[in-house]
Amino acid sequence: MNRFIIAVYVENKTGVLTRVTGMFTRRGFNIDTLTVGETERKEYSRITISMQGDERVREQIVNQLKKLYVVKRVEVLEEDSIKRELMLIKIQNQASQRSDIMTAVDVFRASVIDYSNDGMCIEVTGNPSKIDAFVKLMEPFGIIEMCRTGVVALERGSANLFNKE
Amino acid sequence: MKLTGAEIIVKTLIEQGVTDVFGYPGGQVINIYDALYKYQDEINHILTAHEQGASHAADGYSRATGKVGVCIATSGPGATNLVTGIATAMLDSIPMVAITGNVPCSLIGKDSFQEIDITGVTLPITKHNYFVNSVADLADTIREAFSIAKSGRPGPVLIDVPKDVQVATYEYEPQPIVEKIPLPKVKETLIDQAVELIKASKKPYIYIGGGAAGLGMGKEIVALAEKIDACIGCSFMGLSAIPDGIDGGRFLGMQGMHGHYASSMAQNEADLILAVGVRFSDRATGNVQKFAKKSKIIQLDPDSAEVNKNVRVELGIVGDVEDSFRRIAKKCEGSEKPDWRNRVEELKADEVRFAKEAESASKSALTPQKVFAVINRNKPEATITTTDVGQHQMWAAQYSTFDRPRRFVSSGGLGTMGFGLGAAMGAWVATKDPTILITGDGSFGMNLNELATAVTYNIPVVIVLMNNKVLGMVRQWQTLFFGKRYSNTVLETRQTDFVKLAEAFGAVGYRAKTEQEFEDALKKAFALNRPVVIDTWIDKDEFVLPMLPPGGAIDDIIVKVDE
Repeated sequence: MNRFIIAVYVENKTGVLTRVTGMFTRRGFNIDTLTVGETERKEYSRITISMQGDERVREQIVNQLKKLYVVKRVEVLEEDSIKRELMLIKIQNQASQRSDIMTAVDVFRASVIDYSNDGMCIEVTGNPSKIDAFVKLMEPFGIIEMCRTGVVALERGSANLFNKE
Repeated sequence: MKLTGAEIIVKTLIEQGVTDVFGYPGGQVINIYDALYKYQDEINHILTAHEQGASHAADGYSRATGKVGVCIATSGPGATNLVTGIATAMLDSIPMVAITGNVPCSLIGKDSFQEIDITGVTLPITKHNYFVNSVADLADTIREAFSIAKSGRPGPVLIDVPKDVQVATYEYEPQPIVEKIPLPKVKETLIDQAVELIKASKKPYIYIGGGAAGLGMGKEIVALAEKIDACIGCSFMGLSAIPDGIDGGRFLGMQGMHGHYASSMAQNEADLILAVGVRFSDRATGNVQKFAKKSKIIQLDPDSAEVNKNVRVELGIVGDVEDSFRRIAKKCEGSEKPDWRNRVEELKADEVRFAKEAESASKSALTPQKVFAVINRNKPEATITTTDVGQHQMWAAQYSTFDRPRRFVSSGGLGTMGFGLGAAMGAWVATKDPTILITGDGSFGMNLNELATAVTYNIPVVIVLMNNKVLGMVRQWQTLFFGKRYSNTVLETRQTDFVKLAEAFGAVGYRAKTEQEFEDALKKAFALNRPVVIDTWIDKDEFVLPMLPPGGAIDDIIVKVDE
């Protein structure tokens, strides 16, 4: 079971996300993370899906996605693609732990964006595995709440999904 | 010219070559029906008894001709009644356009009277669907729907049109009929690989499915089989692809769960399967882990998602099936494979022996085999055989003869009981060819209200109701796998008199309990040119054989039942 990322260009219309996610549910594929947003082309949105599965699952998903009329382009991204995720995480702010937390924030190049006597909110961006590591590090301090955006990714080099080989 | 949305709908259907539509009026399509009234000289509307009947009729219309079938229903329950028919078309890749009305845009999302999010409901059972919220988009949406329905791997498309869009006006200009979007041309290297695999094969099996059945390629398929000394089998959906009498003994019939013994066995022993427009359904393969293990598979299909979906193939060739097949056939060299030919003949002899044993074990005065022998020798040229779902359907698949393609109309993938009568009407409306419906007392009970439609439009469908007073297919499973515990499959307590029922609808009813009675009734029925029900009594413990048990493989094949 390998983790992989699929980028999907879809028409920027209502109901498109349902069509895409509905296919995953219907065919019994699990999504780990999913993000949607604007692209360099106004008429399209880009959905980035991160999931796990073998070669066969990957092939089947790509082929099934291609069949959806709202889907304009599907690509399994290269493994060395640039992957980024953003997380907001709210931690208990106890005096005894404060310096340890601040050291972690520093080392992870995160930033504290909200601060009060009993809690602080940290923003951290990076590769999903970096985010995982940061979460693990924060666990002993008491995580109050957290949310992650899911992965966005682009392949390296100068090509885009429409003109790559 | 400026037209209302409702008029644009009807005009665009006419423009796209639609001559017949099936449907049922209601509050949110009343404007469309007004337009149908206005243009009734240009387009024929058939009022069914139920929207489900309309959807199956549109489907049968399409299966018999290859044209896009069209049905219309109102919002809410009208739309949901189409759902089974749309799903039936989806699973068998049948081109269909379903048009539904909906509440005005201002009432959408308010749980208004008869409001249903039908595009949401049909999302997984349509090839694509649309909610049209502007009259400006209406004509082009319908055109695109036709293009999608018939291009590539065909399928149903639904268009939901709110009432205010039907009322609004917009410019309309007729346009030509949309053409199928051509599939990308298959690379020659793939064709060459297929030719090489065929060349290396000692036991080739050509496997025809629904994706090839309607193409009229029977002669070409047989020609290739003769050239490379292959046998031919088909999936359920591939029936009628190889018309009778042209195969030179090479066509073994349907394979799979209730397939012909020789066809399933030969497929299992083959070292190469050339699969043409098949999707390797579980009913065709049985346990996929054990399916055709000795064989390399070449799969020709328009849909890339079908390659390696259910079974691993050696070579997937995605594109126009007809074109790929022709190019492969042209490049193949002739070769003789006497050992394989002899083996297939052995299997055919075994099949004949098993079939005789099974029929002689029958206690019936009128066996299913006899029913079909009588039908086959009495049915007129070009007869379309339609069915419902169950034992009668499998017997029809096993024993019916077909003199040309598109003569077998039956719900394969979804297995929709109640499909038959609507589909038979659609097939007849499309072709005016003799149409016979093989049904059972269970399936017929589901949509027999459509007899009213058949009478209204004098659709002369000959209905052979194989009446065993049980839900025979489930009973067969209960006999074989559930210790004869016949839970809710016995219909003997139903007091339906199907002869009187036919008469009550204004149709003709006959009853047949023997071969002679059945033959007499059938002859009269074909001569009458009216809808006829022949209540044909068979024994409740007839089996469909052979049978691969659910989840089983070829080694588990059941050829006879010892009681």
